[in-house]
Amino acid sequence: MSTANGRGRYDAVIVGAGHNGLVCAAYLAKAGRKVLVVERRHQVGGATTTEEIVPGFKFSCCSYVVSLLRPWIIRDLDLPRHGYEVLPLEETFTPFEDGRYLLRDADPERTKRAIAKFSPRDAEVYKQFGQRMGELGRLVKPMIDGLAPDPTARNPFELLRLAKFAKHVRGQGEEWLIGNAKMMTMSAVDFLAEWFECEQLIAPMSVSGIIGTFLGVRSPGTAYVLLHHYMGEIDGSYRAWGLPKGGTGAVAAAIAAAARELGVEIRLQAPVAQLRIRHGRATGVVLENGDEIAAKAVISGVDPHRTFLRLVGEEHLEPEFAQQVKRFKMRGSSGKVNLALDALPEFACLPGRGPHLRGDITIAPSIAYLERAYDDAKYGAFSRRPFMDIVIPSLTDPTVAPPGKHTMSIFVQYAPYKLKEGAADWPNQRDRFGDAVIDTLSEYMPNLKSRILDRQVLSPWDLEQVYGLTEGNIFHGELSLEQLAFQRPVAGWSRYRTPIHDLWMCASGTHPGGGIMGAPGALCARTMLHARAV
Amino acid sequence: MPIPSPFHERTSKLCTSYRWKDWSGYAAVCSFDTNHDREYFAFRESAGLLDVSPLFKYEVYGPDAAALLSRMMVRDVGKLKVGRVGYSCWCDDHGKVIDDGTVARLGEDYYRVTAADPTLHWLQAVGRGLRVTIEDSTARLAVVALQGPRSREILRAASDADVDRLKFFGAVRAKLDGLDVWITRTGYTGDLGYEVWTERDGALRLWDALLDAGRPHGIEPAGLDALDVSRIEAGFILLGVDYFSAPKTILETRKSTPFELGLGWIVDFERAGAPAFIGREALAAERRRGSAWALVGLEVAWEALEALYESFSLPPNLPATARRDGLPVYDDEGRQVGMVTSHTWSPILKKYIALTSVHAKWSAPGTVLQMEHTVEYERRKVPAKVAKTPFFDPERKRKP
Repeated sequence: MSTANGRGRYDAVIVGAGHNGLVCAAYLAKAGRKVLVVERRHQVGGATTTEEIVPGFKFSCCSYVVSLLRPWIIRDLDLPRHGYEVLPLEETFTPFEDGRYLLRDADPERTKRAIAKFSPRDAEVYKQFGQRMGELGRLVKPMIDGLAPDPTARNPFELLRLAKFAKHVRGQGEEWLIGNAKMMTMSAVDFLAEWFECEQLIAPMSVSGIIGTFLGVRSPGTAYVLLHHYMGEIDGSYRAWGLPKGGTGAVAAAIAAAARELGVEIRLQAPVAQLRIRHGRATGVVLENGDEIAAKAVISGVDPHRTFLRLVGEEHLEPEFAQQVKRFKMRGSSGKVNLALDALPEFACLPGRGPHLRGDITIAPSIAYLERAYDDAKYGAFSRRPFMDIVIPSLTDPTVAPPGKHTMSIFVQYAPYKLKEGAADWPNQRDRFGDAVIDTLSEYMPNLKSRILDRQVLSPWDLEQVYGLTEGNIFHGELSLEQLAFQRPVAGWSRYRTPIHDLWMCASGTHPGGGIMGAPGALCARTMLHARAV
Repeated sequence: MPIPSPFHERTSKLCTSYRWKDWSGYAAVCSFDTNHDREYFAFRESAGLLDVSPLFKYEVYGPDAAALLSRMMVRDVGKLKVGRVGYSCWCDDHGKVIDDGTVARLGEDYYRVTAADPTLHWLQAVGRGLRVTIEDSTARLAVVALQGPRSREILRAASDADVDRLKFFGAVRAKLDGLDVWITRTGYTGDLGYEVWTERDGALRLWDALLDAGRPHGIEPAGLDALDVSRIEAGFILLGVDYFSAPKTILETRKSTPFELGLGWIVDFERAGAPAFIGREALAAERRRGSAWALVGLEVAWEALEALYESFSLPPNLPATARRDGLPVYDDEGRQVGMVTSHTWSPILKKYIALTSVHAKWSAPGTVLQMEHTVEYERRKVPAKVAKTPFFDPERKRKP
């Protein structure tokens, strides 16, 4: 019970009011626990944030689309009542260097005709591919909606879970198993090349396999990451992506409102200096202003590096475990450029205002282009001509910009955290990075520069400084195969527990990983309640 | 064969989906694009522009206009002030509903009535011997609905009307791109919204002016598919779908009274000096006795629906548009206690919702019923909870 300890002490204190911290808090409060969330910044959300960087223009500064937020969380927390609204994002537009373009949208026949300009064969296969990926997404759904199966565990319950999962997988037939094994090991490009012949389709589709990783589209294992992006589900429709009304910050605000209604206390501008560890047990947090907050359990909503190496401190960890945490790859590889626009810019290849502007715009014209972008990063430089994933939310959501004006969100990869000159050199290179992005995009949108009122450039170093994402990794640790499921973040510690008693993890660095999904937060709360840890 | 509406020259160019339907003899757009998502979200997030010219419209003039309408309507139209609009329904002698619509008082002795079915004969019949002139203005007038949170800003820019002072269900005369128009703060989406009325010659200018003024606000031309989802969310009933016009119905059991349709709130029994409205006696008796039926909302239990599909190894699959196929509704013992008449997935509420007629006994909010749902040609049931309508009721709808 909430105050069973009788001293008005918190049952749990959660470090960081990111979307997972808030989800975790809400579920614990729903079960009657007294929960405090402490947040370093002036607002909730972490990287799930909307900020009015330019007066009148509201930007989803970091994360910018939703798809993965679990439908059961939306229902459990009654998020629509708290302002959660998702607007359609149905088109994918890819301009090419030769002046041609590909526009895919929700109309299968129209999309088929568009692809047929490049390959009539691929045009036919495209729908089947989507269907297969949807099926795969649905099959792995029990994985992301539950605890990671853990082959290292020996207890009978675990074996039962594993057996159940194995049965679930076996039921899919041999063909599926082979397909899945391939998927686990192949590169995104190789996997897609088994389906498609035209590069104009493979290149823009392959980028889902590299978003947020320091890998190239030809790197093994990236095929699986593709799937992570196909698991998205809106209203029971798989692979659907959407724009949250009011930016992604509105998603966090809705979760926070639900949490507060359930009795969660949220303290803003309360940075945590360290966790209070007594005899291998977490007993609370110490804020930077010296305040100490005691709680039965401490839950970290920040990434594993920050949790263990900064807030806990290596002195409290077994060397072996500390080593493994250090090996957990963060290495941010992306940045964001957010533009306030006076008017809509136009594409040279498809002038005017049309549906191609209101969906997802992908600058990934060829595989060679993507590989060259990766090459720059391998040697410690940002891509001169990067891969970009662009949305213009104001076209669909008029609340984010003044009438007639627009916001443009540009996700940019690669922008390695560790520059050749060192991460600390980012402040010197930030503007050049922003220029490279705008120059590249201007090749496709010649009048872009004349429409820019203001810009915000976020390098991975900025993401670390402002949002506390270690090395600027947007997923709290790379979503690569060896860092998923029972190995996220450390083999044997995928169940939100840590080697420190009463210290738990609830954010994207745990299973099932990043994106505005909420599953880590909810599963952490569920696990803690089940274990009577709080 | 349906004929073009006054806006056809514009709408036909925009309707790239070729999805049309017959609305009271006019060709009306179902959705401009292949699916209506964008148009729906325009109603809810920016503004949607919908051609509603096919609505039946009647001008009632003369010193006895109020008396006629008061006699006909269950609402006391005599109380309606100039510049106000009232929603009402009208009944036969037995208190069974014939149709529903709005009455706008545009002048001292001048009213405009809208209806879903042809109503001239009824107005004439009720008005016999009264000093009134009745005109069927359906073809003479062009009407658009401008609905959504940005509709006020758009009208502020496009017209000289003081829209900020135009109250919910108010009507005002204005100039819009040189056209004489009436603007009423009415609509069928359950959101902030207006309807703009003008002579049919001005239709294209009206359309262009509103689209131009709306562009910075994200206006979208919208069709009937988007409207259908919105009106179910708003809990608005539709003639011929959620209820049937009494004179056109063979079975007595298919007829409904205002109380049975959830319209009891507009029935005004006490009217000073005026003759009783048609159906009053029957409705007064029903009020004493209690109603046999009720029109309620239903919210389908999503987890159960998901589990049902999962038992077929399928993801939940709901129709992409609002549906009007009737579905039986049962109690726990399997007895049929009512029928769903309209149902849709609500994108904004993230719920599968339905308008349903049930025996009054089952109408209390929170009552759990079983609704038929077909998966893979198998008729199954899913639990659904009685809910209050409107399902969606934003503050901006009636806010000054």
